[in-house]
Amino acid sequence: MSESLYDRIGGEAAVSAAVETFYRKVLEDYRINRFFDGKDMETQLAKQKAFFTMAFGGPNNYTGKDMREAHAHLVKMGLDDSHFDAVMEHLGATMQELNVPNELIAEAAAIAEGARHDVLGK
Amino acid sequence: MPTITINGQTLHCPPQTSVLDILLNAGIAISYACKKGTCHSCLLKSLDIAPPPGSQTGLKDTQKAQGYFLACQCRPDENMVVQVPSHQDIYVDVAIAGKKMLNSQILELTLGFEQPFDFKAGQFVNLQRGDGLTRSYSIANPPRPDNTIQLHIRRLAGGKFSNWLHNEAQIGEKISVSKPQGTCYYLPDRPQQSLLMVATGSGLAPLAGILTDALAQGHTGPAYLFHGSREAEGLYLVEAMRELAAAYPNVNYFPCISGGTENPQYCSGRANDIAIATLSNLKNWRVYICGHPEMVSQFKKQAFLKGASLADIYTDPFLLSPS
Ligand SMILES: Cc1cc2nc3c(=O)[nH]c(=O)nc-3n(C[C@H](O)[C@H](O)[C@H](O)COP(=O)(O)OP(=O)(O)OC[C@H]3O[C@@H](n4cnc5c(N)ncnc54)[C@H](O)[C@@H]3O)c2cc1C
Ligand code: HEM
Ligand code: FES
Repeated sequence: MSESLYDRIGGEAAVSAAVETFYRKVLEDYRINRFFDGKDMETQLAKQKAFFTMAFGGPNNYTGKDMREAHAHLVKMGLDDSHFDAVMEHLGATMQELNVPNELIAEAAAIAEGARHDVLGK
Repeated sequence: MPTITINGQTLHCPPQTSVLDILLNAGIAISYACKKGTCHSCLLKSLDIAPPPGSQTGLKDTQKAQGYFLACQCRPDENMVVQVPSHQDIYVDVAIAGKKMLNSQILELTLGFEQPFDFKAGQFVNLQRGDGLTRSYSIANPPRPDNTIQLHIRRLAGGKFSNWLHNEAQIGEKISVSKPQGTCYYLPDRPQQSLLMVATGSGLAPLAGILTDALAQGHTGPAYLFHGSREAEGLYLVEAMRELAAAYPNVNYFPCISGGTENPQYCSGRANDIAIATLSNLKNWRVYICGHPEMVSQFKKQAFLKGASLADIYTDPFLLSPS
C-alpha cells in the first residue's frame, strides 16, 4: 500500500509547522481576515490544524455535510469563490515556504479543491 | 431535564446554563470571580458521575481524578450530585503584613504566610473576604525566605474588593488565599531565549515578578519590558525598573504613556505599539502579556503576526468579575 500524502508530507509535525505560517497569512489578508477575526486564537488555530490535516489527506472525521455545517455561517457572511481562491493561494504559498515538493503541493491543492462545493454550500 | 443535587437540595438544569448560574439563581452561596474558567474559584466536587470533560479543562490530573470541576464551565447532561469543597481544602487564612502605596492608585499588599507557600512569580491567587467575595490578584515576587507575597492592587472606581483592600482592610487582619493559579510564569528551560513582557496598569505585578525570577534563575537572553499607562502618574516602580535595567545589561525597560502629553522621561504611545515598533521579529521569543483585557488580546495578535508562536505567548487578561 502506498503511503498517504499526509505521511509523505511529514504527518503531524508538518501540519504543526504549516498551520501558524498559514494563519499569519490569513490574518494579514484583508480579503478574508474578517472571517477569522475576533475569535479565540487557540481555537482558530486548532481548526486550521483540522483544515491542514484534511488538505493533506490525513486522519479526520469530517464528512461533506460537516464541511457544509462548519462554513454555513460564513456563507451567510458572504463567503464565495473569491475567498476560497484566496485560501488556496495561502495554502500553496505556505507549503512552498516549507519547501514541500511541487507535486505534493499539487496533490494537497487537489484535495482542498474537492471541498469547494461543500465549503461554499453549493 | 437533568438535575443537580447539592446539600440534599435538587435543582433542574436548564439547557445551556452553567452549574454556577443554576446555584446562584437558587440563592446558594458559591464563590466565583471570572465565570470564564480562568480563576478556578468556583471549584466543586462531583460525588457520583465523572464531570463533563469541558468542565475540567485546566485542572490538575489529581483534581480531575478526584471529581473536581469548574461550576462555571459545567453544563450537565446527566444527573449529578455535587459538594462544595471544604474551605480548608482550597484556602489558607493569611495575615495582611503590610500596605504601601506605589502610586496614587496602586496599593502594594504584603501577605505573610505561616507555612511555606509553593508558587511561581507571575501566578495569581484568589483572595476571599469573610462574606465570600472573591477576586484574583497576581504575585509580584518570587518565593522568599520570609514566606511573604506581594500583590499590586489597583483601585477601581466603584470596585468592591479593591476599595475594601485600599480603605478598610487592616494590617494583621486575616484574609483567605487560594493556591496559586495560572501558567503565566518564568520557565528556566531556555536561559538564552529572548523575553518580551508587555503590561498595562497593575499588569506590571506579574511581569515584575517574572523578570525578577528570570534574573535570579540566571536568565542571560535579552529581556524587554514595556509598561504602559495613560499618564505618568499611572506608572509605578519606574525607578526600581530603571535600576534593574542599569544593573543587568540584558534588561531593557520602556515606561510608556499614551495620554498624549510629551515627557522626555517616557516613551509616548501605547506600550504594545511601542513594543511592536521597537522589535523587528519575535520568532522564537517568549512573550508575556498582562493587564487590560483588550490590550492583551490585541497584543497577542500583534506578537503572533510578528513571528511569535502561539504556544510561546503567555497571557493574563485582568478580566473584571461579571456582576
Ligand atoms: C487572572 C487575573 C489576575 C488579576 N490580577 C490583578 C492584579 O494583579 N492587580 C489588580 O489590581 N487586579 C488584578 N485583576 C483584576 C481583579 O481580579 C479585580 O477584577 C479588580 O481588582 C476589580 O475588582 P473590584 O471588586 O474592586 O471591582 P468590581 O466591584 O468587580 O467592579 C470593577 C469596576 O467595573 C465596573 N463593572 C463591574 N462589572 C461590570 C460590567 N459587567 N460591565 C462594566 N463595568 C462593570 C464596576 O462598576 C467597577 O467600576 C486580575 C484579574 C484576573 C482575572
Ligand atoms: C479549502 C477548503 C477548506 C477546507 C478543507 C476547510 C476545512 C475546515 C475545517 C476542517 C474546519 C473546522 C471545522 C470545525 O471543526 O468546526 C474549518 C473551519 C473554518 N473554516 Fe474552513 N475549510 C476550507 C475553506 C475555507 C475558506 C475558503 C474559508 C474562509 C475564507 C474558511 C474559513 C473557516 C473558518 C472561519 C472556520 C472556523 C469556523 C468556526 O469558528 O466555527 N474555510 N474549515
Ligand atoms: S473559573 Fe469559574 S468563576 Fe472563575
